[in-house]
Amino acid sequence: MDDVLLGRIITASTLGFHIIFATIGVGIPIVIMVMEFLGIKKKDSQYLTMARRIAKGFTVTVAVGVVTGTIIGLQLSLIWPDFMRLGGQIIALPLFMETFAFFFEAIFLGIFLYTWGRFKNPWHHWLLNIPIVIGSTLSAVFITSVNSFMNTPAGFELSEETFVNIDPVAAMLNPSVYVRVFHVVATAYMTAAFILASIAAYKLIKNKFEKDREYHKKALKVTMSIGVIMSLLTIVAGDFSAKFLHNEQPEKLAAMEWHFETETHADLVLFGILDEENQEVNYALRIPWALSFLSGNSFDTEVTGLNDIPEEEHPPLVIHYFFDLMVMFGMYAFGVSVIYFIVKKFTRFNEHHPALLYAYFLTGPLSMMAIEAGWFLAEMGRQPWIIRGYMRVAEAVTNAEGLGMVLIAFIILYIVLGFTCAYVLIKMFNNSSAESSRAEYYGEGVDAK
Amino acid sequence: MMDLNYEMIGITVLWTFLYGYIIVAAIDFGAGFFNYYAIQTGQHRKVSHIIQRYLSPVWEVTNVFFVFFFVGIVGFYPDTAYYFGTTLLIPGSIALILLAIRGSYYAFNSYATKPRKSWAFLYGVTGLLIPASLSVVLVISEGGYIYGDGDGVQLDVMELLLSPYAWTVVFLAIILVLYISSGFLTYYAAKAKNESAMETFRGWFMIWTLPMLVISQFTFLSLREHNLEHFVAAQDYWYLFGLSLLSMIIAVFLIWRKRHFGLAFIMIMLQFGFAFYGYGISKLPYILYPYIDINTSVVNESMAFSLTIAFILGLLLLIPSIILLLRLFIFNTEYVEGRNEEGY
Repeated sequence: MDDVLLGRIITASTLGFHIIFATIGVGIPIVIMVMEFLGIKKKDSQYLTMARRIAKGFTVTVAVGVVTGTIIGLQLSLIWPDFMRLGGQIIALPLFMETFAFFFEAIFLGIFLYTWGRFKNPWHHWLLNIPIVIGSTLSAVFITSVNSFMNTPAGFELSEETFVNIDPVAAMLNPSVYVRVFHVVATAYMTAAFILASIAAYKLIKNKFEKDREYHKKALKVTMSIGVIMSLLTIVAGDFSAKFLHNEQPEKLAAMEWHFETETHADLVLFGILDEENQEVNYALRIPWALSFLSGNSFDTEVTGLNDIPEEEHPPLVIHYFFDLMVMFGMYAFGVSVIYFIVKKFTRFNEHHPALLYAYFLTGPLSMMAIEAGWFLAEMGRQPWIIRGYMRVAEAVTNAEGLGMVLIAFIILYIVLGFTCAYVLIKMFNNSSAESSRAEYYGEGVDAK
Repeated sequence: MMDLNYEMIGITVLWTFLYGYIIVAAIDFGAGFFNYYAIQTGQHRKVSHIIQRYLSPVWEVTNVFFVFFFVGIVGFYPDTAYYFGTTLLIPGSIALILLAIRGSYYAFNSYATKPRKSWAFLYGVTGLLIPASLSVVLVISEGGYIYGDGDGVQLDVMELLLSPYAWTVVFLAIILVLYISSGFLTYYAAKAKNESAMETFRGWFMIWTLPMLVISQFTFLSLREHNLEHFVAAQDYWYLFGLSLLSMIIAVFLIWRKRHFGLAFIMIMLQFGFAFYGYGISKLPYILYPYIDINTSVVNESMAFSLTIAFILGLLLLIPSIILLLRLFIFNTEYVEGRNEEGY
């Protein structure tokens, strides 16, 4: 394998692993915040126990998120030194600010975790959620800003191979930042909520502790409520993204839709198999005119096709599948959460029917897979550029030797960390009854003496 | 835009953060090692409680210091990404893997239902290996280990492995970690009024004072062999190194006489601080000799300006937060003594 490919695989495996923990890290705080709020407001120690148990598991994932985040932060310089040398001149500001946001979050998370019950007024402990949510969300905002810059660079001018008139704020607030931040944050909140919904559904299916049923039903309701709102926002964000790509990054949109001829009334192609020679798509589901409509809210919108883009700037066409999977998984989670509330509304149906519980259980894993597919789409869709229009990935890779060894070492690391993390979390909660925790923390519930 | 000397602002801020990182990380790394040592030698019950109480709430903060430093240095001096990035692929990856293992297994071990000895081993041993591997960066920055060829720059691995200076710095880093950490834990145990733990930590501290003194001398001698120019420059700041030695004498004396442990730890910080700044100032203007000179490799002015503003605003946010953290966990007698068992 050549170094460019090796470098890309190393970065992809680090990010592919890190994004799981980063998404959890951005999303879970808001769920904890809601649960602690409900607990204090309704004086219900079940919600407080939820907040506390989730926070306990959360710390383990945060640890993995922190170390993998450290890895990617340094790996950017180790694998793509030329990119960072150039990027440092223009886009260092949000990277720098991200460390502050994370610093802020880490401090308050430390305080939050070790001060349950140390405040006389419970609302004071609840207030600690605010800096945590702000810090974790801002981390996502700043990092997304850097990634957006790679897609839609701004804030500088090129004059004879050197960058002049550098404006770090304009680089940070580059054209795609708003759309992408919205998308990233909404999906993180959504995915975190659905993962917790999956856990509640799983616990209800397993039914290991009969006395915990009420607790898990409540957890399911809260997480589904957050999930349905956030997935709706995600759909809005996705719509903005499509329109944005149409205007600013047409080659990405064309590649992900297998759209070759520039035309109005363009069809939306779902799945299918591409015959690249003849530019024919077989076995696909075609929605007439839908692509034009999604791109500009009108069937008359002219959508640029790949044939009008220089061939050496075509992103890999496989991103079409990542796009379809992302949309399908996201829509699944949205659909299921809507069904939950519909079924719940009609008292003659049971929203905790086993078949439905299995459907709920899938929302978390599928949302996470949607996140993964979305990032593969976003990153591969930027190819061949590392900074679109200015620097190619191939120009940025290190000339140091040993990338193959580095790749193997990191893959082993991620496998080991992934398994140990899962093992620790399962050990932590598998044999532990929520009602027992509640009795232990608050002396209330069926287990309380 | 203000006309400021950004190359000096940047390096001062970064060097200070590196100083902060080394102090908190040394405490953290050493504590992990001592924790494992205590398990092995059956002193676990006596000391681990103290170690855990300090480590638990602050380890992530330690890590952020490190991230802050390397993000900051790439921001202020983008050339560092190129030179260090290219040459440190292998040593940097090793350090990252060790850091990842340490951070994760620390969390796994502390939050898991049942702690495991093998996990304590992982985060104990990595606590010594990480400073060793990170110190290689400072070694390389002295120059002489990097050569340029047609494709760019390369690290001369053999030169590095056979270099007395490199090995001296590696051992300096390890001894420093054990020295600073045992000094801090002595203070922390004394504050917790845990007499027997304090005695144990104090014993460890006294053991590491002599190696500390010896290795510092060796570092000077091998620097003279390796980079005479820097060694000569360092002699201009002889008073800083003298103050460092004086601080060490006071610290050791206080801990030996079991007096004013807090002041003793401040002296340890000063001892390291004087030496660290003495080393840093005499190294200027080079970050990486002779490739990266702060005057020529500093980032463009508008970026330097915005980074400085961001830094000031960030500090305004962070300092009160850190004070809150310290007041709750480090300087809160109730927490330190373990009288408040809330939380988990």
